[in-house]
Amino acid sequence: MSGIPMDRAAYEAEERAATNRLGMWTFLATEVMFFGGMFVAYVLYRSSYPDAFAVGSRTMELGCGTANTAVLLVSSFFMALGDRAARKGDRGALRGCLVLVALLGMAFLAIKGYEYASKVDEGLIPGRGFRYPGPPQLPLFMTLYFAMTGLHALHMILGVCAVAWLLWRSSPRRHQSVPVEPVAIVGLYWHFVDCIWIFLYPLFYLIGR
Amino acid sequence: MKRLLRENRDLALVLAGLLLLLFASAATVLLPPAAWKSPFSLAVAVAKTALVAAIFMRLREHGGLTRVFAAAGVCWLAILAVLSAADYLTR
Repeated sequence: MSGIPMDRAAYEAEERAATNRLGMWTFLATEVMFFGGMFVAYVLYRSSYPDAFAVGSRTMELGCGTANTAVLLVSSFFMALGDRAARKGDRGALRGCLVLVALLGMAFLAIKGYEYASKVDEGLIPGRGFRYPGPPQLPLFMTLYFAMTGLHALHMILGVCAVAWLLWRSSPRRHQSVPVEPVAIVGLYWHFVDCIWIFLYPLFYLIGR
Repeated sequence: MKRLLRENRDLALVLAGLLLLLFASAATVLLPPAAWKSPFSLAVAVAKTALVAAIFMRLREHGGLTRVFAAAGVCWLAILAVLSAADYLTR
């Protein structure tokens, strides 16, 4: 067999991979717009009611927010490490990294659940049950908090499911090849969700303190 | 795993930088209120995102077309923000 068909196959595989990555970046651009509307709403309302939003920021649990940011940054590191392991064909290292990413993702969701529960206890849920003493615009801050962090948590849940799928997909009993491209694509999604939280953290936990 | 960490020191350095930036922005709450604190927190967020995008998402290694697609989302968001703010602030 001549080398030409092999070269063409390699070329086509590389083209397919580049197209997949470009498609994922396009999807992420739409996600920026998806979250963007809420970020713009936050900025406009914050500029209108700075005092109420400062009170809102002080009701946030800084330790939980900081811990969650650290958890996500470390999870992104292991995802990047897993991506490199996949490209080298190191299945064991890839699966180890994916397990750590999934565990860190679940740890993030557990901390977020604890935070939500404490907000319920403090009467900070917008609606009839809102009983926290403060400015009248405080429920608006809490509405934005639950909408934006809730949407982010939903993305995290989908991310953990995608990582679990990668673990199944990279099982040596099921597939002979290491899933290089799926790891790269899910990795892009995971890092993007991390980037969204990187901005949610100062907006809700730091500004106004 | 140890071998993997040893072979990828560049990623470990980026993680160390990200955590350093995180603790620098968190530490600002210990300081008395000041006008520079909010812009500083947001600048740190931009720096962290740039590191994640360039190194972890491998944007640095990709071609110009991928970078254009990545920048497009941010550009559309900037247009949305500017037009919304222009309407809101001039009412």
